Amino acid sequence: MGSTPDGRSKVTATATEDRKQTPPVRRAGDRVFSGTARGAGILMLIALAGVAAFLVIKAIPAFSASPAELPNHGSLAGYIWPLLFGTLLAAVIALLVGAPLAVAIALFITFYAPRRVAQVLGYLVDLLAAIPSVVFGFWGIGWLAPRLVPFYAWLEKHLGFIPLFTGPASVTGRTMLTVGLVLAVMILPIITAISREVFRQVPSLHREAALALGATRWEMIRLAVLPYGRSGIIGGAMLGLGRALGETLAVAIVLSVSGAVTFDLISSENPSTIAANIALNFPESSGIQINALIASGLALFVITLAVNMLARWIVARRAEFTEAS
Amino acid sequence: MSTQTPPAPAPSSTTLPDLGGGHRRRLPRRAPVGLFVVGALAGALTGRLTGGNVALTVIYAAILGTLAVYVVSAVVDGRRKATDRLMTCLVTGAFLIAMIPLVSLVYEVLRNGIKRLDATFFSNSMVGVIGEGGGAYHAIWGTLIVTGLTTLISVPIGLFTAIYLVEYGHGRLKGAITFFVDVMTGIPSIVAGLFAYALFEIFFGPGVRMGLAGAVALSVLMIPVVVRSTEEVLKLVPNELREASYALGVPKWRTIVKVVIPTAAAGLGTGVTLAIARVVGETAPLLITLGITNATQNNPFVDERMATLPVYAYYQLTQPGVPPQFGIDRAWTAALVLIILVMALNLVARLISRFFAPTTGR
Repeated sequence: MGSTPDGRSKVTATATEDRKQTPPVRRAGDRVFSGTARGAGILMLIALAGVAAFLVIKAIPAFSASPAELPNHGSLAGYIWPLLFGTLLAAVIALLVGAPLAVAIALFITFYAPRRVAQVLGYLVDLLAAIPSVVFGFWGIGWLAPRLVPFYAWLEKHLGFIPLFTGPASVTGRTMLTVGLVLAVMILPIITAISREVFRQVPSLHREAALALGATRWEMIRLAVLPYGRSGIIGGAMLGLGRALGETLAVAIVLSVSGAVTFDLISSENPSTIAANIALNFPESSGIQINALIASGLALFVITLAVNMLARWIVARRAEFTEAS
Repeated sequence: MSTQTPPAPAPSSTTLPDLGGGHRRRLPRRAPVGLFVVGALAGALTGRLTGGNVALTVIYAAILGTLAVYVVSAVVDGRRKATDRLMTCLVTGAFLIAMIPLVSLVYEVLRNGIKRLDATFFSNSMVGVIGEGGGAYHAIWGTLIVTGLTTLISVPIGLFTAIYLVEYGHGRLKGAITFFVDVMTGIPSIVAGLFAYALFEIFFGPGVRMGLAGAVALSVLMIPVVVRSTEEVLKLVPNELREASYALGVPKWRTIVKVVIPTAAAGLGTGVTLAIARVVGETAPLLITLGITNATQNNPFVDERMATLPVYAYYQLTQPGVPPQFGIDRAWTAALVLIILVMALNLVARLISRFFAPTTGR
């Protein structure tokens, strides 16, 4: 559409040259469409920045508030610290229980299960991810907690010398360990999904070479699969950790809270977690109390953001590495 | 327990010769399964005799079964083979352990929830209900409205972001968006709720409770999921189709609208449905931004509380009222309805991808 009468008169020589000089056709529709698409992408970044900005703005009044106005009648750090401790404790238990289990499940589905049923088994594990967290809370308090009571009594009696199990054992089972187990189940699907993805990518040459050298199946996994998938597993585990840190309703329903900072996992005296504390106290809070809750939410946001960014970075670095090799 | 193992090797050693050839003794292929059964039976017996409950019996059976396999295999085959079999037992056991929560959860919710799964539950709200009766009519409507609004916000933004990433994006902006979309999938849901509250407090003052705020909070959670899944699908559209369209002189935006998106339609439908399933059960952000009410309130644009199914379930369980049983029953039924809703959405997603997938390999 761009060639002028002048250009056309210089018959043959310009045919190719002309095409080179004409800028690519930019129709109005194209500009609008690409602009919209780019705008949506930028909106994503703004939204994330907005989340951070609004939390900071709303948290600031809590930093300058007098101790009397805060929910604990003390300093803000003194308010957030026990919650942070509880959050980390629950998430670490979840990770210690959930990550090995999830890797084993991924190994089972990828290498042990008959190929025909593997797909279905994978789908079953994914179903766990689809169940809403409030229902996990129901399950935790209605099914799991009562069944763990005798186990906790046994732990207190026989392993009570370990600080983790000093007791007195809770009679309701609504303890930090129960919460950790519920969270472990909740983070299983994501760690399993990422581990399976990584295991699938292990070059079959590596695996066949190991088997050809006489390795048993487990030796093949230990020598070829796990070293290859290590960073993927670590990344997946950290994503699971991020999820466990931010989990709200399951903790709010299951945990019996007293605010004590303790490593005793089986008593009814437990620190709350940041997310559960917000869910439990937000509806009845007003004024500076809400600012204090938002300040604790900001702490949670920063921690999960750091954990997630680190996890994504590890996974992404692995992707580059495998592409290169 | 070690007294239980000796009987097992006897049959295996008799079948040894037909494996032949080897200068080493080996267990036949099926032997570990038999050994495990023998060990497990012994364990189950021990559990029963010591008066343990079902869980203890199963644990004993699993431990003794594994031990039987390991010990016999170590004696006959050697340490390496034995380790291999031990790991097989452990890995299989891990999978079975993971199935316990799934099965027990579904069973428990069905058992407790089925009691109140009646017409009243779907046709009545909680207005004036003390004790028996009452339902989740208002909460179901609230969930549908808020989720619908969330979808209306999230799908265009998410889809256009995915189109940008696949069709237009390059350089640092693309890298930044990809990275932060991934990071956003990890935002705790309660933080998204706090964000929406803080945003709407500016316009409507402290203590705001509003359907739209809930939809915004859920959108923060849903958009990254939509972007992730639709981006994957758009990437699958063959480049040849785009090039053929360009060669016919079709502008890029019409190529995307008329060629790329219709080709990917089934995958997009699946991705969006799964994203809806992700947020429909979210409780924490709605607890903060919507609160709970007993009456039907279907306008999400006014500063009034709205009931939603997950929040309804939470409050019915934790604050069930004076004779607590009725509230607790309603809570479990709400949980059951919620699970059915999520499973239905998952099923729809699968059906979409099965029936509307583009025909390949013509």
